[in-house]
Amino acid sequence: MIELAGINRNFEVGEETVHALRDINLNIDGGEYISIMGPSGSGKSTLLNMLGLLDQPNSGDYRFNGQAVNQLADEEQAKVRREHIGFVFQFFHLITRLSAADNVALPLTLAGIAPEIRHQKAEVAMQALGIADRASHRPDQLSGGQRQRVAIARAMISEPQLILADEPTGNLDRASGVDVIEALETLNQKGITLIIVTHDPELGQRARRRLKMDDGRIVGDHSP
Amino acid sequence: MMRLADVFRYSLQAMLGHRGRTLLILLAMAIGVAAVVVLTALGEGARLYVLKQFTTLGSHLVIVLPGRSETSGGPPPMLGETPRDLTLDDALALYQSHAIGKVAPVVIGSAPVSWQAREREVLVLGTTAEMEQVRQLKLARGKFINNNDPHRGTAVCVIGHTLRKELFGNQQALGQWLRIGERRFRVIGELAQQGHSLGTDIGDLVIIPVASAQALFNTESLFRILIQAKGRDSITPAMQAAEAIISKRHDGENDITVITQDSILATFDRILTALTFAVAAIAAISLAVAGILIMNVMLIAISQRTAEIGLLKALGAPDMEVMWLFIAEAGLLSLCGGLAGLALGMGSNFLLDQAFADFSIVAPAWASLGGLSIALLTGILFGYIPAKRAARLKPVEALTRRR
Repeated sequence: MIELAGINRNFEVGEETVHALRDINLNIDGGEYISIMGPSGSGKSTLLNMLGLLDQPNSGDYRFNGQAVNQLADEEQAKVRREHIGFVFQFFHLITRLSAADNVALPLTLAGIAPEIRHQKAEVAMQALGIADRASHRPDQLSGGQRQRVAIARAMISEPQLILADEPTGNLDRASGVDVIEALETLNQKGITLIIVTHDPELGQRARRRLKMDDGRIVGDHSP
Repeated sequence: MMRLADVFRYSLQAMLGHRGRTLLILLAMAIGVAAVVVLTALGEGARLYVLKQFTTLGSHLVIVLPGRSETSGGPPPMLGETPRDLTLDDALALYQSHAIGKVAPVVIGSAPVSWQAREREVLVLGTTAEMEQVRQLKLARGKFINNNDPHRGTAVCVIGHTLRKELFGNQQALGQWLRIGERRFRVIGELAQQGHSLGTDIGDLVIIPVASAQALFNTESLFRILIQAKGRDSITPAMQAAEAIISKRHDGENDITVITQDSILATFDRILTALTFAVAAIAAISLAVAGILIMNVMLIAISQRTAEIGLLKALGAPDMEVMWLFIAEAGLLSLCGGLAGLALGMGSNFLLDQAFADFSIVAPAWASLGGLSIALLTGILFGYIPAKRAARLKPVEALTRRR
């Protein structure tokens, strides 16, 4: 599903050039469950952003379903994100003035889907994550675990092929963290490709394929 | 692409989610629009007031002045060629024209007027009975001077409202004998209170027959002649007739100036309309200032909401859509502010209108619509730059900031 070939990403920090990604080559099949681990600054978040088309490589080739997506215009990249990729962030990134249900339905709203269909899909997604009774609450009325489940419901509502989660449990206590991970794993069992960036070795061990990164390179790729 | 209804709902929720910011913009816009509405209403009110004042002078009015202001070439003539005076017979001769309805000759001067121990220096107006209709004077009591032969000066007078109060107080004025200069006149009428009329306080004067005034001031010449044309269409023929008749009587010398009230009216109308536009333009500047405020507040909003912008992009919103969301928000803000300003301005106009009875204060429709559309336009125009900036924000940079 995903083919990365010779990806490089540099940042200019002052006079220095930081190599966040160096010559990344990676193939990912549909339905995989991958964890990316490594120390801070090893490039794992940058890799995730690259996969999610939120960042552009300085060089290299990124094919998504065979299509060279890093050469697409903004409009088309947005379309790929909208239709195929769901995001879960460490800081949830919910819009505080919208209700939980409106947050969940936001991708469909942006895509111009009719309200009835949006509401119906949002309800189904929230039911699956056990937060249907929180639909009309606003994010600041929810616990951290509930917020992240709202975010996961939002990520799955447009039925993506790929969910990218950046430290999804980083801001949660252990119990809610496990809940969130289990929710994501349930999605993976339904065939959605799941890629999680994490610091937590215990979480990382749960993935079937484990990537290890250091200094912008993939230094380990373990599948049991 | 996002549905239009959803765009507005999203913008509305953003407005309600940031109340302080929203109120600030609404206030700025409202003050700007209200300023346009109120100031143009005042300008328009002033224009209508002046026009009304002019029409109370009498309609279809043509004024004949002695002398002619023009430059003629050639060497100075051997004999002094001062313009001839207008005489009472010149005035009466004007009745030859069919276009001329009424003629009121005017002799004007200042004289001490006294009754018992009280004396007052006032304007003395010598004229004929026609003056009552030509200038549309209203009487409070008694009757107007009414002499069949303008050449005969009778000893009667009509006094203005102020003069009556000053000389007689609460006492009966009708039938009393006044002393004007060295002569005595019997009061036969009192003018009603009509206020100022184009610089002449018609409350503080005394009107006597024209021949009496000529005798009083020892002059044959008239100050001017007021003519009432028979109708609106007769104004130009009346002017031409007046020039022709008097020039014939003055040995072919065209030595008078004829002006119409309409020409004066038109001039005032132009000046005051220009004034209204100028005031409206000044008020519109405050709208531009409000627009700049919108730009600033939107820029702040965008730096506060970078995470939101990043999120929208991650969820699949293209740059254009993000831009439209923020333009819609700026437009909606300025529209609401504009509507609030319209209400504020119209409310103020209503109160002002109630407070000043003889001064109508209503904003013309073009000002209300113009104010509103300029508000909307500045909002969108000044919202464009921040919206563009929001659209260009990189999703990664936007998302990595903590909220």
